[in-house]
Amino acid sequence: MTVVMAIVVGGLFAAGSYLLLRRSIVRLIIGLALLSHATNLFVFTMGWLRQGGVPLIGLSPSDRMVDPVPQALILTAIVIGFATQAFVLVLSYRAHEETGTDDLDQMKAMDLS
Amino acid sequence: MTGHLVVPIVAPLAAAILCLALHRSLRAQRLVSLVALTGVLAYAVGWLWPTLRARGVAVMCLGNWPAPYGIVLAADLFSGIMLSLSAVVGVVVLIYAMAWLSSCREEPFFYPLYLVLFMGIHGAFLTGDIFNLYVFFEVMLVASFGLMVLGGERAQIEGAIKYVVISQVSSALFLVGAGLLYGVAGTLNMADLAEKLAGPQAAPYSAVAARLFLVAFGVKSAVFPLFFWLPASYPAAKTPIAAVFGGLLTKVGLYALYRTYTLLLPAQWQAERSVLLAAAALTMAAGALGALAQRNLKRLLAFEVISQVGFVLIGLGLGTQAALAAGIYFFIHIVLAKTAIFLIAGLAERETGTVDLAAMGGLLRHRPGLAALYLGVALSVAGVPPLSGFVAKYGMIAASLQARQYALVGVALAVSLLTLYVLMRVWAEAFMKGAPAAVTPAGRLGLGLVVSASGLAFLVGAAAIMAGPLYDIAQQAARQLLDVGPYLAAVLAK
Repeated sequence: MTVVMAIVVGGLFAAGSYLLLRRSIVRLIIGLALLSHATNLFVFTMGWLRQGGVPLIGLSPSDRMVDPVPQALILTAIVIGFATQAFVLVLSYRAHEETGTDDLDQMKAMDLS
Repeated sequence: MTGHLVVPIVAPLAAAILCLALHRSLRAQRLVSLVALTGVLAYAVGWLWPTLRARGVAVMCLGNWPAPYGIVLAADLFSGIMLSLSAVVGVVVLIYAMAWLSSCREEPFFYPLYLVLFMGIHGAFLTGDIFNLYVFFEVMLVASFGLMVLGGERAQIEGAIKYVVISQVSSALFLVGAGLLYGVAGTLNMADLAEKLAGPQAAPYSAVAARLFLVAFGVKSAVFPLFFWLPASYPAAKTPIAAVFGGLLTKVGLYALYRTYTLLLPAQWQAERSVLLAAAALTMAAGALGALAQRNLKRLLAFEVISQVGFVLIGLGLGTQAALAAGIYFFIHIVLAKTAIFLIAGLAERETGTVDLAAMGGLLRHRPGLAALYLGVALSVAGVPPLSGFVAKYGMIAASLQARQYALVGVALAVSLLTLYVLMRVWAEAFMKGAPAAVTPAGRLGLGLVVSASGLAFLVGAAAIMAGPLYDIAQQAARQLLDVGPYLAAVLAK
């Protein structure tokens, strides 16, 4: 199971990085989303993946329990990622309104001043 | 146990919520923000310092859960210094911003965001938990995104896209590093992590985490070669906001780098010192050379921010107690001086209605007081004796000489010279040169603007006059960073 997760996390990081290198802002945003998913899955995997390892005393033997802390951590990270992605979407909409383009290379008002 | 350590985090948060509720009344918003941030300053000076002087480390277990299980807030002298600096900047820039934004369309949105920004900064300085460090970084960043686009101009939105994306990528890398350390050690408490990571079997994971942290915090503090986003975004923000960003925000990344390397990853820190030194030298040089080419005053100052980040990084790169102490004094100097010079540049911007150096001029004749302020702070940033920049750079260069890093000394001296040249070019263009025919002031220089900017400039002067005692505190803080035993004992209650 951990090997599968390693491949998924690696694939998501690769795809996310590829999309972040595009010039189109929409792809940039999808890349950011993939990157945060990859991070969350990575942290999730750090708490062991076992079937039936409910971390409650009495429900599973203590050496079979999964660690619940990383799950709590990624819950926080998912909420933060959700908020920032919502913000970036609005930002990209405003950028399109303001500049009429989706191309990052056209956005250099500050570099030319 | 120090139950009040949560004040600098909760006070701005509560005030931000109150400001949202009071969004109809600007006067109430201003009052609430001022009370909350002045309260934090009073707390830092009146309560936190006496505790730190008496005991060295102040710890608070949230919810009274004992250390490795619950979340702790922990302050040592370094945290105390950074918190006090941030509290000073918070109050001064708030007064400046009240006058700057006075009855602007954006003013009601400024206060809640500004307060949340300071909640995040204070949390990052005080937390003793690596995941909380991530959370407080995110709080700070989300608030800074909002502040950056305040005004909705084209340059701001373009800058914000770059800033948001690069910040999020660096946060993802930081979280991966933190997750990796958790996977190895099974704890998030930084003191507990420090003990558990000391063994040899953790070393390969710590090495990966150290590099992830270096890149993540390197992006946030604009270290070479990860600084390109800074001059593309900071100058677009409104001047009081750019002052907080340039003066304080990049230093939070540096603080995190100092903290994680000295506490969590001492072995990796020693192994990567040459990387840190090379990055420091290139950051200084890149910032100074970038500033040389600028015609826009705010962009020029943004490049100067990068160059100073390089100086602070030398302290970590050399790793001796003298170097860390110089680095910590550099924090004191640069947070005050950099914020002050942005605020003073803002006054010049108000007076001439532009930030284009070619179109500015005549300020020496019209505003001699402003010219004197600029000259004092600029000379301090450049490092002319007997000002605070000289003390900071002298300490840093003496430490480099002790460590026989002669090339580094050469770069540092050359960069100081370039900084002096760049800041004197601003002096010649904006102040000495005759006024251009058509000068249209953007607004009056209100009392709030003048008082806050000159107040901070006097504090820069005070940092030079008080250099002896401040440097002693920096020495003690550096000793704490190198000998983490008392910190671990205090946090883990042994």
